[in-house]
Amino acid sequence: MSIKKISKEQPENFNFSEENLKITEKILSNYPNDKKQSAVMALLYLAQRQNDNWIPLAAMKHIAKFLNMPYIKVFEVATFYSMYNLTPVGKHFIQICTTTPCMLRGAYKLVDICKRKISEEQNTLSKDKNCSWTEVECLGACVNAPMMQINDDYYEDLDEKMTEKIIDQILSDIKPKPGSYRGRINTEPENNRQTLMDLKNA
Amino acid sequence: MLNDNDRIFLNLYNDKGADVISAQSRGDWSNTKEIFSKGRDWIINEIKTSELRGRGGAGFPTGLKWSFAPKELGSRPHYLVINADESEPGTCKDRDILRFEPHKLIEGCLIAAYAVNAHKCYIYIRGEYFKEGQKLQQAIDEAYQKKLIGKNASNTGWDLDIFIHYGAGAYICGEETALLESLEGKKGLPRLKPPFPALIGLYGCPTIVNNVETIAVVPTILRRGAKWFSSLGSPKNTGTKIFCISGNVNKPCNVEEEMGISLKDLIEKHAGGVVGGWENLKAVIPGGSSMPLLPKNICETIKMDFDSLVEQKSGLGTAGVIVINKDQDIVKCIARIARFYKHESCGQCTPCREGSGWMWRMLERMSKGEASREEVDMLMDVTHQIEGHTICAFGEGSAWPVQGLLRHFKKEIVKKNNFKPLISKNKNIPYLVDQHLLEKENA
Repeated sequence: MSIKKISKEQPENFNFSEENLKITEKILSNYPNDKKQSAVMALLYLAQRQNDNWIPLAAMKHIAKFLNMPYIKVFEVATFYSMYNLTPVGKHFIQICTTTPCMLRGAYKLVDICKRKISEEQNTLSKDKNCSWTEVECLGACVNAPMMQINDDYYEDLDEKMTEKIIDQILSDIKPKPGSYRGRINTEPENNRQTLMDLKNA
Repeated sequence: MLNDNDRIFLNLYNDKGADVISAQSRGDWSNTKEIFSKGRDWIINEIKTSELRGRGGAGFPTGLKWSFAPKELGSRPHYLVINADESEPGTCKDRDILRFEPHKLIEGCLIAAYAVNAHKCYIYIRGEYFKEGQKLQQAIDEAYQKKLIGKNASNTGWDLDIFIHYGAGAYICGEETALLESLEGKKGLPRLKPPFPALIGLYGCPTIVNNVETIAVVPTILRRGAKWFSSLGSPKNTGTKIFCISGNVNKPCNVEEEMGISLKDLIEKHAGGVVGGWENLKAVIPGGSSMPLLPKNICETIKMDFDSLVEQKSGLGTAGVIVINKDQDIVKCIARIARFYKHESCGQCTPCREGSGWMWRMLERMSKGEASREEVDMLMDVTHQIEGHTICAFGEGSAWPVQGLLRHFKKEIVKKNNFKPLISKNKNIPYLVDQHLLEKENA
């Protein structure tokens, strides 16, 4: 169970933007008419994206009204799932996987770099308030370990040098190219492919 | 090694593109109507005779699961739910199917939905796979556009709508009943079984939950015949499987291979061998982090299928092979896995919620050599207190890796943690783990 801290500074109001209201309609249409509560996870995520990567209490109240469900149920969901940030995080939110398969290939070296370059403690903002990092559990890219996720993108097959470069770019607001950083194609064995050979050069 | 002709996932590395036209050139959607015309019973029987077992970890026969859905549609609609909440450490096979072979999955959804009488299908993707979800959505949109799904899908007369539902970073939602709770917009707490989801599932309606890989292989099995599929592997362990080989190997990769391939072949041939050579191998976790590890002497000969691994008190699980070499501290590796389970326990059952934390703290101490001799046996006892005493299989999943460690590397741990327990000065109170820590500070 993850422990969630609710931010002490909360905005008073939250409303979905025009653009996002259209998306909510689309989301609601995915579920049966009398089961609109199903949309709560998608709406929380939408609120998080709209509100600089974190969910204020006002948004939970808004969503509760929106879906006609008790506020506490929305609060329960928001605190249960680890991807909902209930305190402000950086515009560039770096998540480093440190579970065993990544750990075996040196994920903690990546953590050290983040400590040095961004902030000593995880979940605290960098000096320019733009960036924060956190250790997370398995992100499901184990054969491309070690890896990290920056906002929506996966950065795979990293080493210390590459990570430093990526974080320097992030800190100066340049978006680095996602994907493997050893130049291999997706999850194929690097320079050791034994299967589907006739497709490779097709 | 498996012949390329017998592979199902031809676009595993995205050599040819994942769009519908490339997928069709690989044979997807080619005769869906013909498959439908043979009828529901034929489809279920064919899957039964192919002996396909679920690829999500438990290995339950898929055909049997489908036959549990009520034959006649009652007052409640049926649902098909695809479990794409791939979060087991060491496993990343579904990600490649979602990215590069989405049409195999979508076609499988159509056939499976017909087999279990469902007109709605939800695909539950873990929230971190945002980009993969977008790619799948693109493929779904393409399929709608080409009338492959939707009203009168592929001219079969069957209606099917597919929706994507994103998770938000909870490992427990990979458990089928927790997944259904999450789909209903609640916390992902597993439900007591029975009733099983096949009768009372999503919104209280009959629901069949299948893993991505299971559904994605269905169209190929029906096209090439159950006999072809069951000719691969050995009886009860048939077909092909995507193995994910990660950890201390030279070339970590995903590869589709025949069931029952030897673990040594898998590591040496496909993954470029263990870092530092085969002699440098310490242990292998054969099926994702919840399966007990195997020491080197068993790895020499073990075959990778459900039953061979169960014989060695481990399991195939999701076929996420994590290789650990001698440069690593094995206790630390398992301690990190224990921390994963402590973090991901949903907190519903006390043995799991509390026990997962105990195991983690004890293992952390053991990796530093700060535990006492008695604690090693105590740790084994804690695992037995968790196993079998929880609502879902998470209890087993968190206890088994620790049991595997103690089964094979107990000597090593005892050698490292060999001092007299401080707690024995006071009284012999078991389980006061935190008390023990305090004592040490005062000592």
